[in-house]
Amino acid sequence: MSSKPTATETLDVKGQSCPMPIVKTKQAIDDLEEGDVLEVLATDSGSMSDIQGWADGTDGVELLEQVEEGDLYTHYVEKTA
Amino acid sequence: MSTETQTPTGDGESMSEAELEARIAELEEKVAGLETEVGDDQKKMTIVATKGSFDMAYPPLILASTAAAFGWEVIVFHTFWGLDILHEEKSKKLKLSAVGNPNMPLPNALAALPGMDSMATRMMQKRIDENGTATIEELIDVSLESGVELQACQMTVELMEYDEDDFYDGVTTGVGAATALQHMAESDVQLLI
Repeated sequence: MSSKPTATETLDVKGQSCPMPIVKTKQAIDDLEEGDVLEVLATDSGSMSDIQGWADGTDGVELLEQVEEGDLYTHYVEKTA
Repeated sequence: MSTETQTPTGDGESMSEAELEARIAELEEKVAGLETEVGDDQKKMTIVATKGSFDMAYPPLILASTAAAFGWEVIVFHTFWGLDILHEEKSKKLKLSAVGNPNMPLPNALAALPGMDSMATRMMQKRIDENGTATIEELIDVSLESGVELQACQMTVELMEYDEDDFYDGVTTGVGAATALQHMAESDVQLLI
């Protein structure tokens, strides 16, 4: 078990479903600086696969960690460029 | 010498190796140039939205806004009933058809009764609210914010006697099939919905 990364900003998209967690994550990342880490709090179970797919297919972001705790899915995305 | 056609002389070999290296360098430069021209790996998607029922308004907008989050260049060309999605007033009154959908929990003979479409739409709207799914208006806003180009087919605008002011701010008007085809030809993904 790795420890949770330290987040610079937190985005709360709890209660929202596809495509909002992705769209809002992208918007939040755009407002951050290189090296910043965004913590995304979601209740959409599809966000586990979607955030991973989005991070894989998008330049300048890296998915550091995904944590599932009950109904809460937390994602840590770093802005790398 | 004729026996040596398969194995070149020492001189010939070093010559061709140098030539080969020069050729490789030349080609690498050419490929690098082409990659810059294409703009790295930026993808393009063109969606043609033709349906204006409540349920069919969602897929084009969800895919468009998600693709924009991937950094893709996205164009949605709205034609025929698909144009109602961009019509500010009509987009808020899109209906779900209760008839002809075998997944509806009621027979077609009942579904055809007056008021059934409204009832089915209200049920779906309730589900959407409870599920935290975005409204059509929210998806249009977020799509435009993320740089998606929402195009209104000019022929349909005239056919339906709509006015440019009827559409959401930011919608592109004055475009036709030729523009849509041009974008499709340049796109990595083309969808007809």
